[in-house]
Amino acid sequence: MIEKTVDIAVIGGGPAGLASAISAKESGAKEVIVFDRNSWSGGILPQCIHDGFGVEETGLLMTGPEYAEKYIKMAKKIGVKLLNETLIISFNKKREIKALNKKGIYKIKAKAIVLAMGCREKTRWNVMIPGDRPSGIYTAGVAQALINLYNILPGRNVLILGSGDVGLIMARRLKLEGANILGVVEILPYPSGLPRNVVQCLDDYEIPLFLKHTVTSIVGKGRLKQVTISQVNDNLVPISGTEKKIECDTLLLSVGLNPENELSKVAGIKIDNRTNGPIVNQDFETTISGIFACGNCLQVYDNVDLLSMDAKKAGKSAAKFIFSHKNRKKIQLKKKQTILHIIPRNGISYVIPQRISKFGDIQLTFRVKKPRGLSNLCVSSNDKTIFEKELLCSNPANINKVNISISKVTSIKQLEVKLNDR
Amino acid sequence: MIVEKRITCIICPIGCEILVKIEDGKCSSMEGIKCKKGEEYVINEVLNPKRMLTTSVLVENGIWPLLSVKSSEPIPKEKLFDALKEIKNTTIKAPVNSGQIIIKNVAETGICIIATKSVKDSTKNNGKTILV
Repeated sequence: MIEKTVDIAVIGGGPAGLASAISAKESGAKEVIVFDRNSWSGGILPQCIHDGFGVEETGLLMTGPEYAEKYIKMAKKIGVKLLNETLIISFNKKREIKALNKKGIYKIKAKAIVLAMGCREKTRWNVMIPGDRPSGIYTAGVAQALINLYNILPGRNVLILGSGDVGLIMARRLKLEGANILGVVEILPYPSGLPRNVVQCLDDYEIPLFLKHTVTSIVGKGRLKQVTISQVNDNLVPISGTEKKIECDTLLLSVGLNPENELSKVAGIKIDNRTNGPIVNQDFETTISGIFACGNCLQVYDNVDLLSMDAKKAGKSAAKFIFSHKNRKKIQLKKKQTILHIIPRNGISYVIPQRISKFGDIQLTFRVKKPRGLSNLCVSSNDKTIFEKELLCSNPANINKVNISISKVTSIKQLEVKLNDR
Repeated sequence: MIVEKRITCIICPIGCEILVKIEDGKCSSMEGIKCKKGEEYVINEVLNPKRMLTTSVLVENGIWPLLSVKSSEPIPKEKLFDALKEIKNTTIKAPVNSGQIIIKNVAETGICIIATKSVKDSTKNNGKTILV
């Protein structure tokens, strides 16, 4: 057993892990280690070879690999240690981590931990598609890795289920590599991805988009042969008699992402069943003191820019925690801080943070349930409005962000966030 | 001759649907436009549509089999597949650095194809490559 003590242990070396580690180091933490299973750092970014990364954050238009290299360089320069090919087996509320790599088993005591494990793609079994079990069915991200990293074309005649951004980008990518894209099937009445991607990935190549449709059957022995799609009603139930049979050898699934929190759950961190990520406060601290969460394991972000900006805040909070922790024993008797819960209501699917433990300026990120035109965002307590903002247009594909201020005089236990139509 | 085109504006998340009339190579009218930036986008999109091209080229002796690349600036839409054909016939020897020019004047557009990733030489990495 290799024993080690570090200031901050970051679990996951993708964009969130790198950004939080850099920011923790900048905020004065001495030893910061980023653990990752892969032999490379940057997580999913190296396979996202399309551009559009970094515009909001840096003003520069980058591709995924460029964005990753920029952060890896910064991390190395500032002295963050990147420990790759290392698997985290577990961690607990005392912030003791068990890790494994070719050198053996590590027992690491961290003064603070940052969770940045990312998310996983939902599979056929998450959306329950009946039928045969042939080869040729991939999640969109796996197909993206095969094409962009390993030079393997997953198939020739491809149907894509789900119009999220990954699905749309894969439609274009496969088209450019010579595959025949038979269409993108979306169960909702509107595309889940950004309008930009609908135009540049589908319309540009005349790829059909089947809205209000879903896959209802899969046929194939050995390799996939045929997929049936059906129209759905307003309750998203397939309408019989609307079946269309599509001959294809490949089905890509872009049906959503799930934050990866198996380790968090084992450690006893409370999970929000709306986001499937840890419940956090305004400093991105989870329900276990000294353990912070950021990136796609906290909430599935739609672009890397906001993800990195939030991850930097989490890293900074982790560094601050270490310094305040040194003095904590003296102030331990100080009475417990009031905790304010934030509850999503009308039209809002979730809000982060889920709770607030101090007063001042607080950033709320949230997603709306369905696309809307002009509406009013309203933050209230006991029907008393404390913040209001006009939203010109909102779409579930975009995370919204607002800054509110909670004053000391507010004697409230709960904040409600809702949308009112205008 | 007047040609009508329907364009989805991609400047902001609203995604306005715009109906444009094109007369003698010029936009003569626009319906549904709400902002100046959108107007510029629609004019370019109708008269001279361009796209950034991102793809990959084969690498010899690399720790990765592929190198991700991009066009140095947006390429006229009708030249995209010519550019892709040229990129497909290109192989590059590792090591490659991000930002390195891989093809000059791709498909005679005056635009370069540049590396967006660094790929190390596998022969200097004990022949080790990254596998699926």
